[in-house]
Amino acid sequence: MSFTIAATVEEAVEAMANGARPIAGGTDLVVGARHGKSALPDDLVAIDRLAELAEIGPGPGGHRVGALVTHAQLMIDPFIVENYTALADAAALVGSPSTRNVGTLGGNVMNASPAMDTGAPLLVFGATARVAGPGGERTVPLDELWTGPGTTSAAANELLIALNLPMPSDRCGSAYVRLEYRRAMEIAVVGAAAGVTLAEDGTVASASVALSAVAPTIVAVAGTDALNGLALADAAATAAELASDQASPISDLRASDSYRRHCVGVMAKRAVDAACRRAAGESISVPVNRALGIGAA
Amino acid sequence: MSESATPQNFDLEVNGISYPISADQGKNLLSVIREDVGLTGTKEGCDDCECGACMVLLDGQPVNSCSYLAVQAQGRTVTTIEGVMQGEEMHALQRNLLDEGGVQCGFCTPGMIMSAHALLDRNSNPTPEDVKIGLSGNLCRCTGYAKILAAVEKTAAE
Repeated sequence: MSFTIAATVEEAVEAMANGARPIAGGTDLVVGARHGKSALPDDLVAIDRLAELAEIGPGPGGHRVGALVTHAQLMIDPFIVENYTALADAAALVGSPSTRNVGTLGGNVMNASPAMDTGAPLLVFGATARVAGPGGERTVPLDELWTGPGTTSAAANELLIALNLPMPSDRCGSAYVRLEYRRAMEIAVVGAAAGVTLAEDGTVASASVALSAVAPTIVAVAGTDALNGLALADAAATAAELASDQASPISDLRASDSYRRHCVGVMAKRAVDAACRRAAGESISVPVNRALGIGAA
Repeated sequence: MSESATPQNFDLEVNGISYPISADQGKNLLSVIREDVGLTGTKEGCDDCECGACMVLLDGQPVNSCSYLAVQAQGRTVTTIEGVMQGEEMHALQRNLLDEGGVQCGFCTPGMIMSAHALLDRNSNPTPEDVKIGLSGNLCRCTGYAKILAAVEKTAAE
């Protein structure tokens, strides 16, 4: 058994090459171990002090969010709230203040839960993952990173170091909405993110939608070209149909498959609605769930 | 977990005092605070990161100590409910919780105070909604929350 604190990304990658698993806030790893889901790894390398991975700043082709940026940072960062609002919406819904203080974006992405909140916004923005391994760094599109519930295509010795987000366009807006039964310490029953760019006449010029908790991974909705040229209400209704049609949810103790299929359409409709309104300049505070009274009463 | 676990030796700063700790790397911060440091004000409730009875401040921010590895807290500052008292004098949050009737069985109280403390440190003028969000990781099965929220709002207004 071993525990080391990495001072550099290289040290972390080296420890991982020797079999150690990375730990940042531990909100999945430690909680999972205490649940008996899977034992704590014998060898751990703490990455939570790698300050260079905790920054939000310019990146290749847009902006770079370090893997160690916490949910608490994301939900209030003025740049994220302004330009990648759906990501702030999602971060603000994760767990409780304590979860958000230590839980990181990188941890959420690599835990690869199909119900993760930050995944659908990242997919809508076209984010890519930057991973570091013994042979150097590489970039992985998120739809190639997530391979199933709790699994990724990253090798065991590869460390996620950042998410790269393409530059937002003019007249764009985004939102993430989820169905929840309570307002804290909750996991999405289903969720939807939307990113919309409006034409000068106020109709949709382009849109992307992604869904949480209705498939083995976070999934992008296909055929969102059908929203182009539509006004807000029709675009939202079309997104709802596409989302419900394409969902392949399971039944579990939180919801049946048919309820999830219906509700993910409702969430997609609300996400497109809020994204269009934000794109048009309306101020809807983060998170949308609270601002519009979505979720538990 | 290997049976031949070698303990981790590290210093842990709790309420301004540095304690030498020798503990398994999988031992949670809550158990180290209660068993190794010997401060039992921090409570174990669900032991599952749900209830907030174990809330402590790590570098000033609330953290569920049941689900945080003690070894990861080395080099950081930990504040527990014992660190909130000002000598023999109660902190305003403690006094107002008593005055408002926000304490019944008292098991959630230390965690509530730590979350409220962190909230008021970063936002001295919270709205009622801010207070609810600040305490959203803390469960209470006695009070129905109204008196706890009132006590925190009263403290902010003082």
